[in-house]
Amino acid sequence: MLKDEDRIFTNLYGMHDRTLAGAQARGHWDGTADIIKKGRDWIVNEMKASGLRGRGGAGFPTGLKWSFMPKESDGRPSYLVVNADESEPGTCKDREIMRHDPHTLVEGCLIASFAMNANACYIYIRGEYIREKEALQTAIDEAYAAGLVGKNAAKSGWDFDIYLTHGAGAYICGEETALLESLEGKKGMPRMKPPFPAGAGLYGCPTTVNNVESIAVVPTILRRGGGWFAGIGRANNAGTKLFAISGHVNNPCVVEEEMGISFEELIEKHCGGIKGGWDNLKAVIPGGSSVPNVRGENMRDAIMDFDGLKEKGSSLGTAAVIVMDQSTDMIKAIWRLSKFYKHESCGQCTPCREGTGWMMRVMERLVKGDASVEEIDMLFDVTKQVEGHTICALGDAAAWPIQALIRNFRDEIEDRIKHKRVAGIAAE
Amino acid sequence: MLRRLYHDQPESFAFTPDNQKWAEAQMKKFPEGRQASAVIPLLWRAQEQHGWLTRPAIEYVANMLDMAYIRVLEVASFYFMFQLQPVGSIAHIQVCGTLSCMICGAEDLIGVCKNKIADKAHEVSADGKFSWEEVECLGSCANAPMVQIGKDYYEDLTAARLSEIIDELAAGKVPVPGPQNGRFAAEPLKGLSSLRGFDSGKTKHNASVQAAVEIGDTVKRIDGTEVPLLTPWVKDSATKAAKPKPATKPKAAKPKAAAPKAAKPAAAPADVAEEKPLTLDAARETGADDLKLISGVGPKLEGVLNDLGFWHFDQIADWTAEQVAWVDSRLKFKGRIERDNWMAQAKELAKK
Repeated sequence: MLKDEDRIFTNLYGMHDRTLAGAQARGHWDGTADIIKKGRDWIVNEMKASGLRGRGGAGFPTGLKWSFMPKESDGRPSYLVVNADESEPGTCKDREIMRHDPHTLVEGCLIASFAMNANACYIYIRGEYIREKEALQTAIDEAYAAGLVGKNAAKSGWDFDIYLTHGAGAYICGEETALLESLEGKKGMPRMKPPFPAGAGLYGCPTTVNNVESIAVVPTILRRGGGWFAGIGRANNAGTKLFAISGHVNNPCVVEEEMGISFEELIEKHCGGIKGGWDNLKAVIPGGSSVPNVRGENMRDAIMDFDGLKEKGSSLGTAAVIVMDQSTDMIKAIWRLSKFYKHESCGQCTPCREGTGWMMRVMERLVKGDASVEEIDMLFDVTKQVEGHTICALGDAAAWPIQALIRNFRDEIEDRIKHKRVAGIAAE
Repeated sequence: MLRRLYHDQPESFAFTPDNQKWAEAQMKKFPEGRQASAVIPLLWRAQEQHGWLTRPAIEYVANMLDMAYIRVLEVASFYFMFQLQPVGSIAHIQVCGTLSCMICGAEDLIGVCKNKIADKAHEVSADGKFSWEEVECLGSCANAPMVQIGKDYYEDLTAARLSEIIDELAAGKVPVPGPQNGRFAAEPLKGLSSLRGFDSGKTKHNASVQAAVEIGDTVKRIDGTEVPLLTPWVKDSATKAAKPKPATKPKAAKPKAAAPKAAKPAAAPADVAEEKPLTLDAARETGADDLKLISGVGPKLEGVLNDLGFWHFDQIADWTAEQVAWVDSRLKFKGRIERDNWMAQAKELAKK
């Protein structure tokens, strides 16, 4: 288990002083100017050495992403955009950073912006997080008042402005190019790539979009050294990570742990075990709604990092662990996710716009058992045709939970169909 | 899901003076010419002020941001937080129904809403006080099940507790938001499993609840007076803008004292005398030029220019500084003509 002194978010629950003074007492904003004076290359190399992989779900190495930004401006400004549109079902980690430890993020924004030659940073927070928006804006105001951001930010010689803006309830705006569209005042419909945002992003200027957690861990990593962060967890899966555990555990919570902790330890140490004991565990969605579910009996020894969960046929995603016990109707659970994706499809690409609705309607019938067994294969086939045929990954995200359901719980679907048939005949 | 404008719309909409100031400050977060970026915050404030988003409000915001009405309507109908129909006079209750909440009892919460408010989502209750809807994941999954009422999250709910909360709201009280089962935030209910050394218990509430309790605006219609307007990001431009002001004031005062000196301020570029350029009552027989080809001119601005009597590139190409000042004062975009250099653009376009 991770020791408290190795935790980055020391005020995760907001029980300590949440103001700038409190953050400084916990070691934030310490020597920020010195870090910046070490220069762009040092920062990017140190981030690469830390092995930090993006915390927004895809797990792309953060340092590498930064290095894609142009070293010299061609006249266009560069932007850092922080993706705080936390909407993936199961995920509630960035919320805790923004309302309780917001200075980690504000300081991270300054350093990251400097590292990619950006004088301005936009944080795009989801619209429903109204209090979190207020808490974060208060932190930004404090930082301005203390001269930590603004002209000659933190006496580093770098001019830096940080702006907070928000969305209005569209899951798709968590996709980076949809977020940029939304930030430009349009409907959040994803853009084709290339060009990638590092070439032409916000207002057609070089832009890097990073998750809140990816940015908020930066100052601590640079203060303690990339080697420290890389030393936690397994190779290629380094560091600490916020896990959000919800569903059928005794004590659902958000907690910072080391990558590579076993699922059993995570649940036992922090969540007080599975409701009704380990035998009562039916399935786990280990990384937010988009990743495939895993059967309970396969999950107990799972290693909670990118590679460990890949071995289980799933993914770490945002590390939002949804635990379901034997009382859960798995078919209905996945139907609910299908309903979510149907609701949130932006309507731009036909396979997703039509496919999500179609899949939801078939799932609706499977919940009731009102289908034939052949339709299971047909549904699987359709998910394969949605997957990979859309501009953004929402189509994939809608397809994977259903594919995993069919892979893992086909017997349950078939039983229900047969039962319905038998019950139907008996009733006649 | 079809999202259309409501059939019964109010006559007009205007921001309260404080909300107007707030909105103008938001627009300054974005680079010149990118003010459309502020469309979501402005629409949201309009909804916070009025309770739901009306057609006049959409048009008001469009005018503020110099956007075509359809572009703003598109945004209003795309994003689900915008309520395009009237909501309950006290509160609109949004129940999170996505997976984590569903398996923790969200369906019971929806049952409470159906029972106490209205059978269907988005329908206003018989007494007009409440409305409800099922929304997708609100991002408070470790505190499932939960609802959002006004600005705040009520977390770790039971059906009985939600029922009480609705009753309290109906009686004019605002129950304390946040976890309803004794938790502080998103820590384990049975006590801290980490960060024990940091459990100082300095504040009674977590950050979200603290703000709600201090400001007391959970279900209030926001008029901008709730919290002081802080705009550190406009500090620089504000001082710049403030500097010329004292300079212009003496100018206005000076002519009274010393009339002969009045010629000097007139020569300053900021105070160029206005002169009406040549205008036309209608486009020439060859047809109007597409003024939108000038970068910086949108459909709305083109309409304004036409109304002023400008239809052709060559009309614009020959403007003098005095004539620019005349047009500028009627467009209400101080300095835009010169910044985007319309004259040079129009000269090029007139050649084609």
